[in-house]
Formats: sequence, structure tokens, C-alpha cells
Amino acid sequence: MSAPLLEVKGLRVEFPTRRGTLVAVDDVSFSIAPGEVLGVVGESGAGKSLTGMAIIGLLEPPGRIAAGEIRLEGERIDTLPPERMRRIRGRRIGAVFQDPLTSLNPLYTVGRQLTETILTHLDVSHDEARRRTLRLLAEVGIPAAQARIDHYPHQFSGGMRQRVVIALALAAEPRLIVADEPTTALDVSIQAQIITLLKRLARDHGTAVMLITHDMGVIAETADRVAVMYAGRLAELGPVREVIHQPRHPYTVGLMGSIPKIANGTGSLGSRTLGVKRHAHLAQIDGAMPRLNAIPPGCAFNPRCPQRFARCTAERPEPLPAGNALASCWLYADERR
Amino acid sequence: MNVDNRPLVRLIDVGRDFDVSRPWLNRVLEGAPRQLLRAVDGVSFDVAKGETLALVGESGCGKSTVARLIVGLHPLTRGRIEFDGLDLAAPGTDAPELRRRMQMIFQDPYASLNPRWRVRDIVAEPIRVLGLADSRDDEQQRVAALLLQVGLATEDGEKYPHEFSGGQRQRISIARALSGNPEFLVCDEPTSALDVSVQAQILNLMTNLQARLGLTYLFISHNLAVVSHVADRVGVMYLGRMVELADAAQLFAAPRHPYTRMLMDAIPDLEMSGKSRTPVAGEVPNPMAPPAGCAFHPRCPHANERCRSERPPLTRIEGGTVACHAVAEGRISA
Repeated sequence: MSAPLLEVKGLRVEFPTRRGTLVAVDDVSFSIAPGEVLGVVGESGAGKSLTGMAIIGLLEPPGRIAAGEIRLEGERIDTLPPERMRRIRGRRIGAVFQDPLTSLNPLYTVGRQLTETILTHLDVSHDEARRRTLRLLAEVGIPAAQARIDHYPHQFSGGMRQRVVIALALAAEPRLIVADEPTTALDVSIQAQIITLLKRLARDHGTAVMLITHDMGVIAETADRVAVMYAGRLAELGPVREVIHQPRHPYTVGLMGSIPKIANGTGSLGSRTLGVKRHAHLAQIDGAMPRLNAIPPGCAFNPRCPQRFARCTAERPEPLPAGNALASCWLYADERR
Repeated sequence: MNVDNRPLVRLIDVGRDFDVSRPWLNRVLEGAPRQLLRAVDGVSFDVAKGETLALVGESGCGKSTVARLIVGLHPLTRGRIEFDGLDLAAPGTDAPELRRRMQMIFQDPYASLNPRWRVRDIVAEPIRVLGLADSRDDEQQRVAALLLQVGLATEDGEKYPHEFSGGQRQRISIARALSGNPEFLVCDEPTSALDVSVQAQILNLMTNLQARLGLTYLFISHNLAVVSHVADRVGVMYLGRMVELADAAQLFAAPRHPYTRMLMDAIPDLEMSGKSRTPVAGEVPNPMAPPAGCAFHPRCPHANERCRSERPPLTRIEGGTVACHAVAEGRISA
């Protein structure tokens, strides 16, 4: 295992409000190796986007990193002054956000936005920057890049725009890409194209990718490892196959069960009697994720957990080894060796 | 659940155009032509009592427009819609009387509930409009029963929508839709704004309510996996046209139309069987200038000369209908 490219240790993100401090990300630790895709999943409000924002240094005030450290290639970046962080962002960390329309400036051609990014971060001539731009557009799969380079964002479709945003994130050949819901705004057929692209780029360039999404399907196809977040905390972290096929944390189990799947086998026409409903109920987790101002003591999932016992309501579980994964759940306390 | 064979809702060659011309002054000064967008083009289907028909397709395929045409939020440009055997647009038909038997659930539970009304008033509105309650007591009892039915508490009636999460708001929308005692619910992407675990709760609730109340659903979604959990039959739309309509079991086991196959291939593979998604080249064409012949031909691996020039009709095959020359000619396996 090579040295981690990104290392996050004990990250805590707080929002001071008039009615007390909200802890949106609470003691989260993980690392990403070069060329690795780490998926981060969770429901809205689980803190996955804020973790990403903390890493790229774009937390919106009053949100702030209250504890923990973030290291990029061994260098601590969470304490850097904004001016230095601004130079790392774009150069060493690229970002892809959900809505490609808001990530692009509508008044500039995509070519100008790309060359500007390249010129800002790399020491190359204007001609070279334009050549690189053309190469990038071709690499992310934009047909007729020669003609498209001088088009404005509104002249591109949603999928093509997201490709431009990915090209923008890649422009300065960063070591890490933080992609926050990059496919959520896209139709399924376009989604598959974008995922294939991200995967290929990570492999070819050895770029580490932190892929934040609520879509387990996207994770299954792209990620090497996956971190499951719940109420600002890490519930489970492990190899993607293991987390999907053998989830350990009761929340992950419930989450996996509630994903609708196209059932194979029910499709045989012979077995189907007309007028009989065959729809299997989806497994469901009752209740909802707690609000940040009402996180229960102990394990944050305990009020909804079918396997809760006394310790869960009293003591917060540490990430514990469970198989090849880590699960923050007291069920695995005695597995510790 | 008994499905009887008389259709509750029938669409016959329904079409809807939207005028997307430039403003009148520009047309006069610049000679810009009138432009029509064919959002829905010759769509026909039946929904039997007690069944769930799902419409799927990508953004812009016209599925939501079909929903709005049925409940009367848009007038028809062409064709006819029958409810319980009566033409909704015929002069002799009491359309409002028929329409009170149908209700709609919308996608965005943040936009579809009035933020200034208490939940009990939101849920009671159809009861008041339709004059269903004999007294104020009766109304309150009905509202309380509805809230319990969708998994909320009676006291929740006193709160305002902002006090609820997305999933709970969608429960309120469902309670409101049910308060008029409808037989037919048009659900336009009812779970696509929700997290998966909440989506599972709402889908289960909808399935339970259907079994208990004998409801008929038109379920609109872009998500085939969601559809496979609720639908009896599935219609696949592309650029305003129906390209395949089949029993759910048939469609998911053996999709016929190349577009349906493409949609199935594009579903993320959670089983991680190692099969990679076949990314489809190309995107949905501009609906202002749909391709000639079969609208799907520019993206279709099986397209030939005939597909480029002649629009395929919906033809009956075992377990459904499909609009594809290649399937009809046996060029690809049906």
C-alpha cells in the first residue's frame, strides 16, 4: 500500500448558531491512496458534502473546522491561509460539483475558462494552454473539440457541460479530485458515460478521487472503497464489494435493503398469475435521520436500530474492525483482537 | 387485489403541442416563424382498475405532460381521454364530476404544499371543496384518520409544512390526495426528491394504500428500478412517443425496444457481477427538430434505411406492444 495521498484525521466541522453549536461532521477519519476512488455515501444532511468542502477549503462561514487535520501528500492543508489554499485548489485538488451550469461562467466561452485555469496554475505559454485545452476537451469525450472550444456553456447539453466541468477540474493535472454528486443532475444514459469517464481518468492519471453521492449504484460501479456517513459520523468504511454484499453496520444493512433493485427471476412469465400482486416490500428503516440539534447520546443510529442494546444508548462506538471493513457499531466490540 | 378488465382510464392518440415561438413583435419584425414543440405525440394506453401503470423515460420525453393532460392541467391538442368510459372533453360529460375521482401527487414536496397553511387545512381542502364532510367534527375526524393512514400523528395537523422532512411532506401530499376519496392517483415522480431509505418508506406506503383502498395508479418515474417494484405494466416513452408498453415482468425479463434495452443497461449494477454498463453514445435529440422516421434512430445500433425514413407503428407482440422496425422484421430478437 502506497502512502496515502489524502489523509483526514478526526475531522470535526461546526456551525456556531445562536441556539448552540451544531456539529455537522464529527470525528471523521479516512485516507485515499493515489489512483484510488473513495466513495462517500449518505443521505441528505449526513455531512458528506461538508466533508468534501472542508477538504477543498470552501466551507461557508460560520461553518469551520473545529478539530482534526487534513493532509495532502503529507502536507497539512486545513491550517493554510486562504491565499495559499486558493493556489492548491485547482492546482493540486480539482472539484466537480452537482450542477454543471452553476460551475461555469455563462459569459465566457468554455475554451477561455479552461485556458485561464491552465495559465493560472501552470507555467505555460498561451498557445500551449490552448493546445492543452483542446486535448482536454477531446479527452473528456467532447466531439468536434476544435469547433466546441469557442462555444458558450449554454450551447452545451447537461451531459456535455458536466464533461467540460470535469475537464476544468483536470486542467492543472491535480492529484486529487473531489466530485460532489457529479451525476445526480443527469439522465441515466448520460450518467453511465460520465462514470466511465471518471473511472478511466482516475486510472490513467493516477488521480485520487473522492466521489460524494447518495447513489449506491454509482459507488458500486466506480469506487474501490466506500465510506458510509450517518448524522455527521462515519458509520462504516471498507472495500466496496464487502460493504455492498456484506454490510456490517445496521444502518448500512438498512440502506442497502431499501434500494430498489430490478428483481431477476420474477421475470419468468409462466410463474405470473394475472391479477396477483407480486411486489415484494422493500426493506425499510423506520424513522428519519436525527436533526443536528437532536443527535441522541451514544450511537447516533440507536433510536432506529433493530439491534440496539444498552451500551448503544450510553457510549459512542469507535470504528471497529468488522471483516475487512470498519464499522462504528458496538456489535463488533468483541471482534477486537 | 382484483384487476378487472374494463379500463378506468383510456388515452386514444393523445397529443399536446406547446407554442414556443418568439414573442409576437419579434415574429413581425424579424419574420421568425411560429414554432411548435410536440411534447406528446400520438400516445395511447389503457389503465385497468386496480393496476399500476408506470411511464418511464428520460427528461423531456413527455411523461409528465401526459400526467398533466390526464388530470386536466393542460388541455389536449389532439386525441381523446376517457375516464370510466366517458370522454372527458365531450360536451355532454360532467368533467369536473369525473375529475374529482382522480388526484395527483407531485414530485417536489417542498413546492407542492402551501407554507402558510397548517397541515390540517392542507389535507382538509379537497374535503371542503368537494363538500364531503357533514360537519366540522366530521371533517376533523376525516383529517385525523387520513394522517394516521399515511403514518403521521393526529397532532401533526396543527403544524406547518416547514416543520416536516421531505419524506413526511410527501406523506402529507398523499393524505391530501386521498382526502377526496379518489379512485385514480397520478403520481409524478413521487419519490425522486427523497433519499433512498425514505423512498422505500413512501413506496411501501403507496403499495399498502393501493391494496387497502383498491386504488389505480399512473406512476411516472425515470428510475426503472423503482418502477419494477410498483408497476404491473410499464410504458417507455422517448421524445413524446410511446416506444414500448408491456407487462412489467415481460419488460424487465426481456426488453424489446433498443431504447428500453439501453435504459436497462444504464442501471447501475449493484450486484457487481462485473458486467460493465454499456454507455450509450449520444443524447436525446432536440425535441424542436426530432429526427425523421424512428426518433431513436441516431442512437440506435440496429438502425437502417427504413428506420431513418419511416416512423414505426406500435405493433402487438407477446406480452405487450413495441414500436420498432428491427423487432417487427425480426432483425433483433423479440
